[in-house]
Amino acid sequence: MKILVPLKRVADPDNANKIKVSPQKIDTTGLQFKPNPFDEYAVETALRLTENAASNKVRLGEVTVVTFGPKEAETTLRAALATGADKAIRVDSTDDALDGDLVARALAEIVKRDAPDLVLLGKQEVEGDANPVAQLLAEYLGWPQATFAGAIKSEGDKTLLVAREIDGGTMNVRVTLPAIVSVDLRIVAAKSVQSMHTKEGHAYSDGVRFAALAAIMAAKKKPLTEFKLTDLVTDASLKVQYTSFEAPAGRKAGVKVKTVEELVAKLKTEAKVL
Amino acid sequence: MNTLVIAEIADGKIRKSTHSAINFARQAGGTFSVLVIGAGSKSAAPEVAGFGAAKVLVADDASLAHVLAERFAPTVAAVAKDFDLVVTTASSFGKDLAPRVAAKIGAGYASDVASVKLEGDKLSYKRPMFAGNAYGWCSITTGKQVVTVRQSEFTAAEPSGGSSPVENVAAAPIDAAAARVEFVSLEAAKNERPDLGEARVIVSGGRALKEKFAEVLDPLANLLGAALGASRAACDAGFAPPELQVGQTGRVVAPQLYVAIGISGAIQHLAGMKSSKTIVAINKDPDAPIFQVADYGLVADLFVAVPALVQELKKG
Repeated sequence: MKILVPLKRVADPDNANKIKVSPQKIDTTGLQFKPNPFDEYAVETALRLTENAASNKVRLGEVTVVTFGPKEAETTLRAALATGADKAIRVDSTDDALDGDLVARALAEIVKRDAPDLVLLGKQEVEGDANPVAQLLAEYLGWPQATFAGAIKSEGDKTLLVAREIDGGTMNVRVTLPAIVSVDLRIVAAKSVQSMHTKEGHAYSDGVRFAALAAIMAAKKKPLTEFKLTDLVTDASLKVQYTSFEAPAGRKAGVKVKTVEELVAKLKTEAKVL
Repeated sequence: MNTLVIAEIADGKIRKSTHSAINFARQAGGTFSVLVIGAGSKSAAPEVAGFGAAKVLVADDASLAHVLAERFAPTVAAVAKDFDLVVTTASSFGKDLAPRVAAKIGAGYASDVASVKLEGDKLSYKRPMFAGNAYGWCSITTGKQVVTVRQSEFTAAEPSGGSSPVENVAAAPIDAAAARVEFVSLEAAKNERPDLGEARVIVSGGRALKEKFAEVLDPLANLLGAALGASRAACDAGFAPPELQVGQTGRVVAPQLYVAIGISGAIQHLAGMKSSKTIVAINKDPDAPIFQVADYGLVADLFVAVPALVQELKKG
């Protein structure tokens, strides 16, 4: 199975409260870049689907990672290559020249050239918090979309059984490849991904894998192709344009109460919510 | 502006989230119609006929039996021909469907809209970014626009009387993408409690509850008629089912009362609940970040404090 995984680097999401917001921009200076967590989960999912967990040095498929960003964003690609991805693509661009629609249109062109069986995406990028790219890409390609996947089972190399986490529970769907799948948090639990290559019931370690030092060195030699955005799309205009930014209204810390009696009294008489 | 509201339906009834989308459509100005879509959805049409819509459009067809974006999008796109703006709620339903519709009709798409205003002759949308630590105002440059709106930021529209004409629309043929997705099963959460998006009170628990998540929280939630929520840590550890997760990447809620129990208050959790009217936090760590947003904080062992709270509430 050939899998394409789009990746994005984001300002450290665990310190998102340290961003500086002015009307003109959101300043993330001082925050380290990290891979978007959901994208890391997508890479891990792709690796699990293309290996036999019992001997995972042998690749049983191909995983290509792609990012849109400046030269420095190659760090994110190399990190993914070090964990096992086979090749990488960087589309030279910057965040302010992109929107979800443009990324989806450029990805559609990469898909046409690279012909993957599956595109695995993180369900959401945690800077813009928008979550449209998988669905847009699916429509541009005319492919099915299984969004918010909490579990995936490969049934041979033609279909995937996907457990979609929706508001009211779980919806199980079967998609025929080629297809788009976007992944949710639970996809990196021990038994969430069942590959046809791996013995049924295998339990991975929870979370994403880390790269060994030798793999980090070897990743430097793996192929990395570079495109200009205009190599992929003729129209690089944006459909969504930001005009200004603002910080959320602050919420003041309230009072500490000493007892549950005092808490109930305050909720009744002060907050009047009981 | 002529707006199409896509109603969200569950168990043959209009979900209350639809009323938030109707409120948005009223604020966007101009006229709006409501699309009721799904097999057997016709019976739900009268529920939205009293909100001042120009029309209630009904796409009731056996091919729309399961809520799959690949099935719904062609029909929504066909109906959207006559509209400038398409809106639905930023639920898993809306977020799955709306971008697919946008791509089909060449529209720009803005998700999780928290506020809308008219600037000149253009609509401008405010949407949360960076786990709610910033808002961006954006506009859509294409002729047609698609948005999803946050139920927590738009109060449910009240009926305005009258009775909108109900009109049937044809379901679009099944296309190649739709033919490659097959509905297998739905594991609906068995839950007698109110939906997280609609609850007046939410009792939410963190990892500290461990295997006693339900044992400790159920009596309190029962007493308050509350929905149950959970932190990501509690869901990841398997102490609570994933559909209870509140946060940046789970449900975004804004109840009248949010009771956070054993929740430290990670950034991504706060993103999902800090618009709540009143926040109560019970945590044994006095430095937990949750206390920075809580109106009332109680530093205590939750295994003692929660049962005591239940007893106190029972006194009436």
